[in-house]
This record gives sequence, structure tokens and C-alpha cells, in this order.
Amino acid sequence: MTKPAEVTRSTTGGIGESPLRPDGALKVRGEFAYSSDLWHEDMVWGVTLRSPHPHARIRSVDLTEALRVPGVHAVLTHQDVPGTNRYGLEHADQPVLAVDLVRYHGEPVALVAADHPETARRAMKRIKVDYEVLTPVSDAEHAVHGDGPRLHRDGNVVRHVPIRRGDQNATAPVVVHGVYEVGMQDQAFLGPESGLAVPAEDGGVDLFVATQWLHVDQRQICYALGLPADKVRLTLAGVGGAFGGREDLSIQVHACLLARHTGKPVKMVYNREESFYGHVHRHPAKLYYEHGATEDGRLVYVRSRIYLDGGAYASSTPAVVANAATLGFGPYNVDNVTMDCWGVYTNNPPCGAMRGFGAVQAGFAYESQMDKLAAALGMDPVEVRVRNAMSEGSTMPTGQVLDSAAPVAELLRLVRDRPMPAERGELDLRAMPGGVSNTTHGEGVVRGVGYAVGVKNICFSEGFDDYSTARLRLEVLGGEPAATIHTAAAEVGQGLVTIEQQIVRTELGIQQVTVHPADTTVGNGGSTSASRQTYVTGGAVKAACEAVREKLLKLAVTRFGEPRANLTPAEIVSVLGTEVIEETVEWRHRPTTALDPETGQGFAHVQYGFAAHRAVVDVDVELGLVKVVELACAQDVGKALNPQAVVGQIHGGSVQGLGLAVMEEIQVTEGKVRNPSFTDYLIPTILDTPPMPVDVLELADPHAPYGLRGVGEPPTISSTPAVVAAIRAATGLALTRVPVRPEHLTLEEPR
Amino acid sequence: MDFLRPTSLADALSAKADQPEAVPIAGGTDVMVELNFDHRRPSALLDLTRVPELATWEPTADGGTRLGAGVPYTRIITELGARLPGLAMAARTVGSPQIRNRGTVGGNLGAASPAGDTHPVLLAVDAAVELRSVRGTRVVPVREFYTGVKRSVLASDELITAVLLPRAGGPQQFSKVGTRNAMVIAVCSFGLALHPGDGTVGTGIGSAGPTPLRATEAEWFLTGELADGDLWESPKPLTDSVRRRFGELVAEAAAPIDDVRGSAAYRRHALSVLARRTLGWAWQDYRTGGDQRCA
Repeated sequence: MTKPAEVTRSTTGGIGESPLRPDGALKVRGEFAYSSDLWHEDMVWGVTLRSPHPHARIRSVDLTEALRVPGVHAVLTHQDVPGTNRYGLEHADQPVLAVDLVRYHGEPVALVAADHPETARRAMKRIKVDYEVLTPVSDAEHAVHGDGPRLHRDGNVVRHVPIRRGDQNATAPVVVHGVYEVGMQDQAFLGPESGLAVPAEDGGVDLFVATQWLHVDQRQICYALGLPADKVRLTLAGVGGAFGGREDLSIQVHACLLARHTGKPVKMVYNREESFYGHVHRHPAKLYYEHGATEDGRLVYVRSRIYLDGGAYASSTPAVVANAATLGFGPYNVDNVTMDCWGVYTNNPPCGAMRGFGAVQAGFAYESQMDKLAAALGMDPVEVRVRNAMSEGSTMPTGQVLDSAAPVAELLRLVRDRPMPAERGELDLRAMPGGVSNTTHGEGVVRGVGYAVGVKNICFSEGFDDYSTARLRLEVLGGEPAATIHTAAAEVGQGLVTIEQQIVRTELGIQQVTVHPADTTVGNGGSTSASRQTYVTGGAVKAACEAVREKLLKLAVTRFGEPRANLTPAEIVSVLGTEVIEETVEWRHRPTTALDPETGQGFAHVQYGFAAHRAVVDVDVELGLVKVVELACAQDVGKALNPQAVVGQIHGGSVQGLGLAVMEEIQVTEGKVRNPSFTDYLIPTILDTPPMPVDVLELADPHAPYGLRGVGEPPTISSTPAVVAAIRAATGLALTRVPVRPEHLTLEEPR
Repeated sequence: MDFLRPTSLADALSAKADQPEAVPIAGGTDVMVELNFDHRRPSALLDLTRVPELATWEPTADGGTRLGAGVPYTRIITELGARLPGLAMAARTVGSPQIRNRGTVGGNLGAASPAGDTHPVLLAVDAAVELRSVRGTRVVPVREFYTGVKRSVLASDELITAVLLPRAGGPQQFSKVGTRNAMVIAVCSFGLALHPGDGTVGTGIGSAGPTPLRATEAEWFLTGELADGDLWESPKPLTDSVRRRFGELVAEAAAPIDDVRGSAAYRRHALSVLARRTLGWAWQDYRTGGDQRCA
């Protein structure tokens, strides 16, 4: 029997403690209500007809047969979009439903609502779309340089970010070149896209949906439906993971459209295959690098060209390009840098936000280069990194000075100096490359060790007005002081609701804190991305607490006749009586500035996060199978508000990076997705997940609330290159592409 | 969609005769995936989970095993590890514990996917498939069972009722390559059985051709080498060149393609390694008497 009361049950614990998550036990028991569990009396089911072609002209769409299916309530096309048939996070370049052209395999063309999902799917298959199939643009590098057709009005370059700093003609005695590729990784969240749209009597719509950013969804829905914001109300439904893949719209506008046409609540749930078509992925990349260094291993210059394949629509490509460019030299001091980074339109699946956001692709390349440089110098790979490591006071390639802790060398030393994991003992297949599939009893197995360090910006950059809103209500309930905290910030599994409670307990000195469901009746909470929610929404909650406390203390003066610095819970009860204090605060981090369009200079980022990894792997060099034996991480988090959640984030980020290193890739051929399933898109299982010892540093950032530093993304940057470096150490192969496949390890020539 | 739930084999066979288009379902680990993804829309499902005759195994008069088609992999691992060592090894590589609790060898044969994990072992041990219909019973050697990609000799009114496996007279091995360390569909796989009784060896290749395959040339080669050197009687270690040649012949017997799971070239390469290694392990078992425990 589910006890709903447990969802909001208060736990104890302020910041620096690790109280239980209110959703934890429910999720483990399978009792948590995800968005796909939503149900409404009298609801109908919506489905999406998608293009089977990556590039095609739509000659005609015939709905006749679909409309004849008994049980069908609506069949809609672009002609039924009442507002502007365009949406997008940064550029509104994506049609809600395709008009006369489809630009990717899986693009939505039509919608059906029916009284049963099977009926809806059968009707959908009766929609006749006459396509004129066109040749897809599938190579990002060619697309940049003007080959092939223009996919959008302004050409195929979404954004180009150059960086020019120092001597552009610098030379050095030791030079290493490399060309690297990163495959298309998927967020692979377990809860598919889903939601429920309920038409309201005022002509508006209430949408319950799993998303990362309620207010940016609301803005885009209003635009497409032609409705004002007060008619489009969103409530966050249970989110089963996000990792960037829910920043763009999926079912949002479609479900609302169907609800308004049918006058009935409409539920939409993608199945696993559709989910692969229904959200953006990590940009595949091709990266060219040249590093020049002195004989003693100090970087003189770095030159780079990066091509990021944004696919058919812009999504967050412009920001991803800026990240790859500005973070593309890694956490290393180098005076002379040249960078050209492009994000490009192609007919591949749209790419956008995913944990690491541009820094992952660059990180694989620059860390591979550092290993190559170490090899060219005959130097230890950690030593060459330490020699060039940034520290507080260092200058980024954008000219921005690091004005808080940047313990790059210390993080590297921490992972290097850890004891090594034990050598393999008695035969246990689970510890072998190939696992229980019984591929080796030790034959061909070689151990390798690799290191990497990475840097990630925290919060939104380049002058974006990045803020969050928190509403805090304090009252006496049942003789106890009780707070209700209300934000629109999305809990996607990372633990924000626990953090919000911890902050309120610490700031007000009370125990009973309830988190109000996230919705659009409170102001914008910003996106659950860029490792920013604890920083920004946490900052807003803290500021709301301060505002409430100020009012409370004023009341206390009236009550006690003298000012008090702090109030005990009993005193709060006595001061408040039947009064309610409610404060709503908008809180901003310090401002950033745009990048100079010619030189890429600017105070572009709020904060930088650093992490380092050491990977120990066993490689079956004859079969090309890999077992990661241990993946140690060291990361500076400024202040661990919830130490257990911090380690959880570091573990999760590390494994997601491991996945990119050895298995995770959406395979796309000429624009067509070939493996849209968890049968063939592989993510690490527990047997692929090694012990992950973690060193957490807490070097406070004076600019951030509590000194904290965003945690979620930095470990995803350095994990991938560390694992690949370890595989290189075991095999002697160059390995310039991730994910590394068994073919790469067995059929390629040694470097 | 009709959902037929017979509670005896006789009822199941007459249901299948009445509705030959009905798709049999046991563990559902293949069929339900196809239904959920809308890849298949049968007019009827024939649920076999209530047919008691399918859920048992028993020894046969000649020391072999008659394995009911509906015995799940978990029971093969826990109850039959000694009687059917190769099949139990293959069963251990199937999916996750939940899948192994549901999935059956009958289902693996019914789907007849070249990637099915049990086929290489069934080929290597020269198993036979018992097929029944209201017309009667026939027993088809598994080596003649597969006819094409996901196709077999199974007639539309027949059900797979059992698999007949000979006594394990010598060591057996199974090995499978996937690109992660658990819960993975085979990129390629290999099964090997040594038969000291008649001095032969059996092989099976998975996921490297339109059907599961035997490596006949490799079997003949090894049978000859073992006979020529009188190795069954005085088992010396196999030379590296014999093991290597065996691997090459296995690779040559494969007919793989390039697909999302791996390239044809890699599959051939990996099969040569798997064949060489499994032969090494099996022969080591034979030399040290490890097979006696299984006999």
C-alpha cells in the first residue's frame, strides 16, 4: 500500500549532513509516481507520426483513413498549430509539426488522439504521407565549408566561436598533432518522455510533464499555441532522469494541442524506441589539435579546430559551441591559443544538452593530446599535466582570471597517489573483460593505467540573465514552526528537494520543511542543467530564508522589546502566533559578459569546476574487451551541502563517462538511426561499473552560496579520457575515437 | 487478439491445430518485446506456461536428458549444471536474472535467431528437437532444425515440446563476445563439446551467419589430429599450432555480416580466438579428468 504522505515527509538534517531523500525509498520500492504513471478519468492517448527519412520534401499528407478509425478523436498536422509553428531553446527554428520538409529521421509530422494507445497507433499508420526523398547532409565538417544544400535560411553554420590570444605564429621545439572523433552519446534516462495535458474551462491548459525547465517549456508552448502565460500552467511530474535530454520540448506542445482539440485530457508516453527519436543527443564531434611545448614539457601554444554536429535543429548548439571553444584547451596554462569551433546543421538527429555540454568532446581530445605530448617528451603523463596545471590566479584562454580555487595539480596528485587496486586473484569471470560470457580465463589480459583532468563551467554563461525564484512560507502548524518552500526548479533525480529542505533547516533553525510541488505559479527557477541548481536555486532558497528571517526578527523586536540574533523553534512559535510570513525572492549569481566575436575574449563563465580521474583497466587485447577495474576521482566541490549526494553525482558522472569511453553510441548512417533500443544502445551495467573511490575537496568559492561549486558535470569530462588512456597504456594503440570498440582494439595497427 | 491458455499438452496441440497462426509464448522474453514495439501483431497468443508437460526434465534411457521446452534458464543453471555443462554455461550468459527466470530453450529455438545463446551448444552436443502436433511427434536433429534467419523446420501446427541432449561424455565449453560485461546480445559465440566415446568433437557458431552454424571442417581437423596423435588415450597438451588452426577453421566456417553490434571482420577474428581458447580449456579439463565429474 502506497502511503502518499511519505512523499513530503520531512527528514532531519541541515547542510553538510546527508539526510534521506524523500523520494528515495519510494523509488527503490517501485512506488514513486513518474510522469508515465499519470492518469485521468476520461483521458485519451496521443501518439506522434514521425518521418522515416532524414531529409525529404512532403508532397502531401492524407488523413482520411486515419480519421475513419473508430475511437479516434483527432488527427492533427501543422495546419492545426494555432500560434507560431516554431520552437527552440535559443533559435525558434524547429516546427512543432513538419510543414513541407523533414530534416531528420524521427521528425514529428502528425499527431493522433484516440481512446486507446493501440487505436491511436493503428490510426497513425493509416496516415499517408507522400515524401520526395532528398539526399541527407550528414558530414558536419563538409557542411561548415559550404558543401551540399542549405538546410536552413541562414546556411548550415549555427555558430562559429573563434578564440585568438597571444602569438598566433608561436613555434615550439616539441609538437604533437591529433585528430579525434567523439560518437553520438545518448542521455539514456530510464523514464521515457511523458506527460498529461488537461484542457481547462478558461480556455487554457494544465500540463503535467517531466522536464528540466518548466518556464522555458511554458514560453515555447505559449508561442506555439498563441496563448498568454496565464493560460498555460505547468506542474512538474515525476522525472526519471534527464542529463540534458529534457531541456528541449518533446510531448509538451503536442499534448496541449491534442487536449485543446479534443477537449479531453491527453496522455502521451513515448516507448523506448520513440524516446531515442524524441530528445536531443550529445553532439558528435571531430576535433583537430596541435600542441607545441618546450623540451621540459611546458605548453607554448595550442591550435584547434572543432566541428560539432548539431543535427537538424539548433537546440542549445550555440552554447555548446561556446563551451567547447572556451574550455577546449583544458585546465592548462598556455599563453598562445587559436581556436575555431563550429556548430553545424546537418540531417542527423538534433543534438543539444547533455551532461558535460561541449566540454566532454574537447576534454577527450585535449587530454589525449597531453598523453601524446608526454609520450613525445618521454615524460610521465601526470607530471606533464602538473607542470602546466592552472591554479587560482591563472588566466583562461578567454582572458578570464580564475578568482577562486583551481586545485588542478592537487587533484591529479590525489588520484595518482592512491594505492593501486589489487592484482587479479583467483579466476572470477565477473572480474574479467567479457564478464560472465566466459571469454577469457586470463589469456590476453593486460592491465593499463590512465589519467585525465578536466574543467567545466558552472551555471549559464555569456551574459545570460541566470536566476532562480524561491517562495518561502513560515507559519506555526501543530505547535511547531513549519516552512513550505516553493520553487519551479526541476528535481530530476539529482536531489534538489533534499538540498532545499537542508538549506531551510540550517537558515531558520527549524525541522519541519515541506517542498511544494514545482510549478509555474511561482517564478522561473531556471534550468536543471549546467550543474547550477544547488548554486542558483539553492542561492534563491537561502536568500528567501534571509528575507523571512529579517521579517521574523522584526516581529521578535515587537514581541520581546529587544532585538534577537537567533530564535529557537519555541521562540519562533511564540513570535509568529497565527501570523504567516511569506517572501518570494529572485536570486542571481554574479553577471557574466559576452565573448568578443573576433577574439573570444570575455568574462564568460560564472564558476569553473575541476575533477581528475585515474582509470585502471584490464584489456583482453586479443578480443578487444575491456573491464574497468577501478575509476578513482578527485573533485573540488567548494562545499559539500549533502556529502552523500555529492559522491553519488561523482559516481554517476564517472560511469556516464566510462560509457562513452567503451560502449555508448547512437549509430547513424546517412542520417538514419540504426540502434534505437537498449538492446543495441548499451549503457554500463553494474558489472561494468568498477569501485570508484572519491576524494572530495572543499575549497570554498567566495562568490558562491556557502562556497559551493557545481558538482554534476565535471566528473563526466575527465572520466572518458582517463579510461581511454588506460586502454592505450594496455594496448599501445592510438585510439583516437570514442567509444572504443572491440574492432579498434583488435583490427587496427599499433601506433 | 485471442489469448489461449491451455492447461495440458493435448489442449495446446489442438489449439495450435485450430489456430496455426497463434504465436506460442512461454517466458515472453522475445515475443513480448516484439509486441511492445509493435513489430508483430499476431491474431492469437498461445500461452504455454500452464502446460505442465513442458516444464519438466528427465533422464533418458541412454543416459541423456529430455529437457522440456518450457524449463527456464535459471533451472538449467541450478539443476542441470552437471548433466548439461555446456548448456548451463550458455544459460548463464542469457540476459539478466529476471530474463533467466522467464526465458526457455524452447523459446530460443522457436525464435531461431542466429544470436540465440543456446544454439551453439545444442549444435556442439548434437541435440535433437522434439516437435509435436495433433498429427504426431517427430524428432529433428538440431543440425537440421534451422533453415534461415529466424526460420526453422517447425510446421505451423507444431509446438516445440522438448530438447533431447545426449549424455555429456566429455568436457563442454561455451563462450560469447558482447560489448559489455553482462546483459548483452552476442556479437558472436561459440560452443564446443568433446566426445571421447567416439573420438569426435562438436562445434557451434552463434551470431555469425544467417543461422547458427557448425564448423564442420574444424571438427574434422581436430578429430583427425586427436586420432593421429593418439591423444584421447595419452592426452598430451595440444600444440599451439593445432589450437590456432582449429580457430582459423572455425572462423572460416562463419558467414558473418557487418551490423550495429560488430563488423564481419571482427566476428571472424573473435571466433578464432574463442575457438582456440575454449579448445584449450576443454582439453585441459579432459587431461586433468575434470570431465569425469560431469560424466
